[in-house]
Amino acid sequence: MISQLSWKVGGQQGEGIESTGEIFSMAMNRMGYHLYSYRHFSSRIKGGHTNNKIRVSTTPMRAISDDLDILVAFDQETIDFNAHELREGGIIIADAKFNPKLPDGLKPVRFFTVPLTEIADELGTSLMKNMVSIGASSAILGISVESYRPIVEDMFLRKGEKVVEKNMDAIRRGFDFVNELTGGQLPEFQMEKADPQKQLFLIGNDAIALGAVAAGCRFMPAYPITPASEVMEYLIKKLPKLGGTVIQTEDEIAAVTMAIGANFAGARSLTASAGPGLSLMMEAIGLAGITEQPVVIVNTQRGGPSTGMPTKIEQSDVNAMIYGTHGDIPKVVIAPSTVEECFYDAVEAFNIAEEYQLPVILMTDLTLSLGKQTVTPFDYSKVEIRRGKLLAGQELPEKEQNDLFKRYEVTEDGVSPRVIPGQKYGLHHVTGVEHDQTGRPSENAANRIQQMDKRMRKMEGVLKNFKGAVTADAPHADADVLVVGINSTIGTIQEAKGRLEQEGIKVNHAQIRLLHPFPTEEIKALVDKAKKVVVVEHNIQAQVTNLLKQHVGNAEKIESVLKYDGNPFLPKEIYAEVKELVKHGDYERVSK
Amino acid sequence: MATMKEFRNNVKPNWCPGCGDFSIQAAIQRAAANVGLEPENLAVVSGIGCSGRISGYINCYGFHGIHGRSLPIAQGVKMANRELTVIAAGGDGDGFAIGMGHTVHAIRRNMNITYIVMDNQIYGLTKGQTSPRSATGFVTKSTPAGSIESSISPVELALSVGATFVAQSFSSDLKGLTELIEKGIQHEGFSLINVFSPCVTYNKVNTYDWFKENIVPVDTIEGYDPHDRIKAMSTSMQHKGLITGLIYQNTEQKPYEALVNGFKEEGLANQDIRLSEEDFEKLVKEFA
Repeated sequence: MISQLSWKVGGQQGEGIESTGEIFSMAMNRMGYHLYSYRHFSSRIKGGHTNNKIRVSTTPMRAISDDLDILVAFDQETIDFNAHELREGGIIIADAKFNPKLPDGLKPVRFFTVPLTEIADELGTSLMKNMVSIGASSAILGISVESYRPIVEDMFLRKGEKVVEKNMDAIRRGFDFVNELTGGQLPEFQMEKADPQKQLFLIGNDAIALGAVAAGCRFMPAYPITPASEVMEYLIKKLPKLGGTVIQTEDEIAAVTMAIGANFAGARSLTASAGPGLSLMMEAIGLAGITEQPVVIVNTQRGGPSTGMPTKIEQSDVNAMIYGTHGDIPKVVIAPSTVEECFYDAVEAFNIAEEYQLPVILMTDLTLSLGKQTVTPFDYSKVEIRRGKLLAGQELPEKEQNDLFKRYEVTEDGVSPRVIPGQKYGLHHVTGVEHDQTGRPSENAANRIQQMDKRMRKMEGVLKNFKGAVTADAPHADADVLVVGINSTIGTIQEAKGRLEQEGIKVNHAQIRLLHPFPTEEIKALVDKAKKVVVVEHNIQAQVTNLLKQHVGNAEKIESVLKYDGNPFLPKEIYAEVKELVKHGDYERVSK
Repeated sequence: MATMKEFRNNVKPNWCPGCGDFSIQAAIQRAAANVGLEPENLAVVSGIGCSGRISGYINCYGFHGIHGRSLPIAQGVKMANRELTVIAAGGDGDGFAIGMGHTVHAIRRNMNITYIVMDNQIYGLTKGQTSPRSATGFVTKSTPAGSIESSISPVELALSVGATFVAQSFSSDLKGLTELIEKGIQHEGFSLINVFSPCVTYNKVNTYDWFKENIVPVDTIEGYDPHDRIKAMSTSMQHKGLITGLIYQNTEQKPYEALVNGFKEEGLANQDIRLSEEDFEKLVKEFA
């Protein structure tokens, strides 16, 4: 009996690889297993190798595994490209159609050639080969054919009973074929039963979109881009039912300025993009900063610079998000690490944007945005809508015509009362030109200092009131090492931590959730408790490391583990690198 | 009902004496009063440049944004609260150079917004460089040997991308301009009003006198029908784009907001944004 399993299906883009993974994982999710998936894909629609790796476990985890138990191959390229990942005794299920061959130099694996396409063709369409392959996998794992029925019905019942039965037949034929080859299920591949529990299975982008809806966002202007488009696609399905809509704009500048205009007029609005789009939005982000308009911008980081690697993970926008736009503005950058955090942080992003009247960047990375994870159902009672000093739906005191509303009134917390168009005594003008308290342009020196100070004061409130700025698992008062990360690396670091702890190395772990303003005090307390600090990040310039050094000092004990080849860290890589750094320090590492 | 005075504030414009923009400001204020608006239900969104300051000179809700982006901001305002009257305004550089992409797409999108271009055919605030509206051969600081690019015709541009309301006017004609702005506000859809607004400081060619000599009001053309798009296009071409008046209007096409599936008459900003627990659970169930 095993408690976890790593399964991968691969083939050419456009031949149903994604849906094969989807059906397999939906079944496992309903049986109560915890799942984490990763899609390898390229920037093209048809052709090119793609694969979907799914990890199934009886306990929660948030990382892909170092190796692989079962590989389902629809073509030879899948075998050549992925077979080296298989553990000793792992299994390849290959379509007989392409006369599969094992490459040289593999560990001993078991090789099942199954007529996936042939069986599918007999049933009427070669498209069903994915169902046959699921049946074949299930024979090995000892999952009954009937356990797929509810999912197959969900997917195909609207096309008729016949289609459901055909697909069930395809699963059964694949199951029977492999069952005959193996003479029954393989005990070493039998999964322990999972506790049946209610859980959700979704990607980070869906969680962000759902969070936006829960936060009251009803309007999204956006421009399509990988890996952000799912946010827009979810909202275009849902918002019309709630009275709102999505506009696909002509570019990202239109998207962000439209969102700013909508927020000015009182509707919660967001846009979502990735590196190239964010670069285009920078001037408008400054406009939101100086005109003190709320706006939420999602940045799903991918490989940069320029077009870079659109379908690969990187965390190289940290500097751009914190320092981007010319001039000084108050701005917040939130970096969730899990799908749950994506949901709750999306809600908070809207609250903070309105409470402090500033732009909030919700920054993920590709692996978090697109990787599907099982999560505990979201708690709606935790969803608050806080609109700060918005004077909506209340009568304002009567005023003379030329007695202008002080939209930029200087206040102790830097936040001024805000009125939206439609209010009789709240008429005001907002401008990206430096202005006085009523919004009239002013280059007066004293006024400039007063307004700049007032705007920047808002950052103090954000930092003071943000809950959970650091997600820490730090049980040791004197840790050998503190491992720091952002976004999707949380699970991989956790797993590496587990292995290091087993070897007696005391590891604390912190994911920075609030990147800007920086939670110096919380991080410093953790840094002080560790002999060494290792920052794990997906970029070449060690952007998070430098941020950490800038805010907490201690440069001599802070090191980095960097990866920027487009692939997510594996637990074994972090384990090995951190172990090396703890044992020898950076000096030897550099000289080796 | 508000009077024209109620759309005035006591901010003194920083335009040069004699600038065409003064009459455009007055025409907007008159038109707003004439069509029965209240200042709190009007939002004026402007771009950057001399003309961009206009949003601060009208007593209403004003948004002075960034260069070339008045239209997407204005569209955002309209989507957030379709009960508001939204006017976008800016110069020819704002609308036809840096903001050209937005101009074309805002016209196609056809939201119920009025866009007034204060067209002086030159960059004023940066002290006299060429604009996409400058004629070929026009000498400026950035084109000392004369512009070697061709000039855009706002009318023909708008007609070619599916505009439902195209008008052109001259800032000296306060009465005609006011009427066109009224019609533009009342038009159900996107209205483009390009206004020749002479720059008395940097444009010594396209002066008040030059316009008086060269413009042709379409209502002086016999048989002109503003519902005939082909005729509108050919008339503009015949007269090198120097025609004024209501050039084209399509009253059949519904505005964007009316075509959005499920979009309510009540502005989004005025609706309750909290989801019911039931609705939330329904959404969550799709991921179970």
